[in-house]
Amino acid sequence: MADRVTNVFIAGVGGQGILLASEILSAAALARGLDVKKSEVHGMAQRGGSVVSHVRFGARVHSPVIAEGEADVLVAFEKMEALRWIHVLKPRGRVVVNAQEIIPSGLDEYPKGLDAKIRGRAPDAVFVDALALAKEAGNVRAVNTVMLGAFAAFLDFSDDEWKRAIQASVPRKTVEMNLAGFALGRKAAAGR
Amino acid sequence: MRVLLSGNEAVARGCYEHGVKVATAYPGTPSTEILENVVRYKDDIYCEWSPNEKVAFEVAIGASFGGVRTITAMKHVGLNVAADPLMTSTLVGGDGGFVIVSADDPGMHSSQNEQDNRYYAKFAKIPLVEPSDSQEVKDHLGTAFEISERFGTPVLFRMSTRLSHAKTPVTLGERVEVPRKEYAKDTSRRVVIPAHARRLHVKVEERLCRLAEYAETTPLNRVEEGEAKVGVISSGIAYQYARDAFPDATFLKLGMSYPFPIELVRRFAARFDRVFVVEENEPFIEDAMRVAGITNVVGKEKVPLCGELNQGIVRSALVGAGAKVTPEAVPPRPPVLCPGCPHRTTFFTLNRLRIGATSDIGCYTLGVMPPLEGLDTCLCMGASIGNALGLEKAIGRDFAKKMVAVLGDSTFVHSGMTGLADVAYNRGATTVIVLDNSTTAMTGHQDHPGTGTTLMGEPTVKLDLIALAKSMGVRHARRVNAYDVAAVRQAVREAVDSPEPSFLVVEGTCVLLERERWGPALVVDHDECVACGLCRRLGCPALSKGEDGKTTINPIFCVGSLCSVCAQVCPKKCIAPPDAARS
Repeated sequence: MADRVTNVFIAGVGGQGILLASEILSAAALARGLDVKKSEVHGMAQRGGSVVSHVRFGARVHSPVIAEGEADVLVAFEKMEALRWIHVLKPRGRVVVNAQEIIPSGLDEYPKGLDAKIRGRAPDAVFVDALALAKEAGNVRAVNTVMLGAFAAFLDFSDDEWKRAIQASVPRKTVEMNLAGFALGRKAAAGR
Repeated sequence: MRVLLSGNEAVARGCYEHGVKVATAYPGTPSTEILENVVRYKDDIYCEWSPNEKVAFEVAIGASFGGVRTITAMKHVGLNVAADPLMTSTLVGGDGGFVIVSADDPGMHSSQNEQDNRYYAKFAKIPLVEPSDSQEVKDHLGTAFEISERFGTPVLFRMSTRLSHAKTPVTLGERVEVPRKEYAKDTSRRVVIPAHARRLHVKVEERLCRLAEYAETTPLNRVEEGEAKVGVISSGIAYQYARDAFPDATFLKLGMSYPFPIELVRRFAARFDRVFVVEENEPFIEDAMRVAGITNVVGKEKVPLCGELNQGIVRSALVGAGAKVTPEAVPPRPPVLCPGCPHRTTFFTLNRLRIGATSDIGCYTLGVMPPLEGLDTCLCMGASIGNALGLEKAIGRDFAKKMVAVLGDSTFVHSGMTGLADVAYNRGATTVIVLDNSTTAMTGHQDHPGTGTTLMGEPTVKLDLIALAKSMGVRHARRVNAYDVAAVRQAVREAVDSPEPSFLVVEGTCVLLERERWGPALVVDHDECVACGLCRRLGCPALSKGEDGKTTINPIFCVGSLCSVCAQVCPKKCIAPPDAARS
């Protein structure tokens, strides 16, 4: 059991750009020459369902999924999804939460008290208002790169590695906007 | 070059590199992306969406008769549809290499059952190849073609959801062209009249013996020495979970698990006090061992039979170690019909008229969710019409007024047409409603014979559903606009009241394909709204109850006047486009 594998679990709601965020993270790891495995839920993602992506990288990765209690980082693009998946986190794992609230179909109002519940299970959880920061970066669709910037603080990739991975993964005309979103997310998380 | 490819992308890349000339499929999660990626190589490979898996299979083996390398891809339940040609293709064999890719769905992420398709290999007496990651998918596919050509047999290539949709590194290679074998008529082999088939069955059994010898020595089956005195046998994606769970164990990795390499396994098992068998779904490997009298096996009495595995489950099942974590209780976030979905009007109408529905498999199956709760049955592709006719025959002709069959346009072409012919032929009064959104929406918008475009992007003839129904003898056949609530209600009433079979095509292109027509969100005039909640009975995710009990419309979700179904059902007429509301 020589080299440790890093496990990043990303959760959110269909349409939030979770798959692109995990694509960028995987690209950064592959460019470094690491073994990478990435697994995502397909199928009904467009219809407002809960969407998750598992990213694992290290010298040698076998399983493409993260088992319960083994994630180093949980990244939640939506508050309720943070709580839904918090059991994947290992003890003292890191949590980054987008403070955005998306009411699930069939519910009239958003449940209360989620922040406290999340903090109860992960006292160091970092909350980021990714939607506001994405607007600041110039496009609400940059939520995913804002969140990427926010959890970049917990991984040891350099700014340059992130930049190259973003450039390789997003449409050319959105590169600047996404880099701006990344920087804002990184700053917001570092400020905590 | 090293790139990250999903297993499905790796199948496609393998088809390209290993000289495949023909690829066929019907879309189905988790297998859909295979053909979607093969079509990137359409200059070298002919690709098609077939009307269903049986046809896909038949086209593929026909191409193999023509001497070229061929694949047909489908999800696990798709192979049930193609089971008829499969079971005899084993007698006939192919000429060009012929591989059947079957993608299982352990955990039923998007399926109606959890069947383990490895049994199809055993049932059909054909070799079974099981890769474990994308690199192996690409490499083993080449080996599968070699096996097919060397032994003259179809090969079953088993994928699964986690393998199909996980991205892992793959080293790309160049395409190797495989020359076409000259076609020669050979009726004694390709025409399975009983006299021929009896002789061919004997040959299949002989072939199986030769394949069994091959399985003992193929590099697809390999021992990976470890330090610990623990032996593990595994295959497919389960191998990866087992490697994580037992980092120090000695492994026998089976890449070809049928015919079963019994001597290899026996020698391996003899080295250990206990051998752990880690396999997803059924005890396919374990049973073969037990039948051969190998008793030091630990398998399904510990490893779960139902659902998907992962390394944590394997570890806690076999080692007794594992994380003890309790998930937090959180409200579910179920998939629902999209905002603006053209299917919504039909389910709302059926709900209002208290008419039940037998269903097929597709987006419209989401009509089962509250508040629409529009479905009574859902069995498999094509079952809705037969189910409705059966109910009518069992309960009485009047029941046809209380139960309609609903299915999509792609599904109707897949296997609904024969059901409609049965209703007409056997004098039913069943109403069949085709929810025609001009695509195969659930799997991500694939074309089919009703759309007018091929997989390779060429314009083609478009199936006329009304003319088809009429040619079957269904006189009451008509179209209605999905977004016209009054017209849909009228049409459904007329259809169920008709003493003859009725065929109703509710037309509305999938709203996800109509993005350029999405308008500004409708708004509710709160002075007029009486909080009756009728609009929310539509189950549209854009509508929610405000604090005063009145409806509010989420402007991010609403698609505007393209839909306007909520505005039509509102008894106070207080939902309107933003401009109209202001004036």
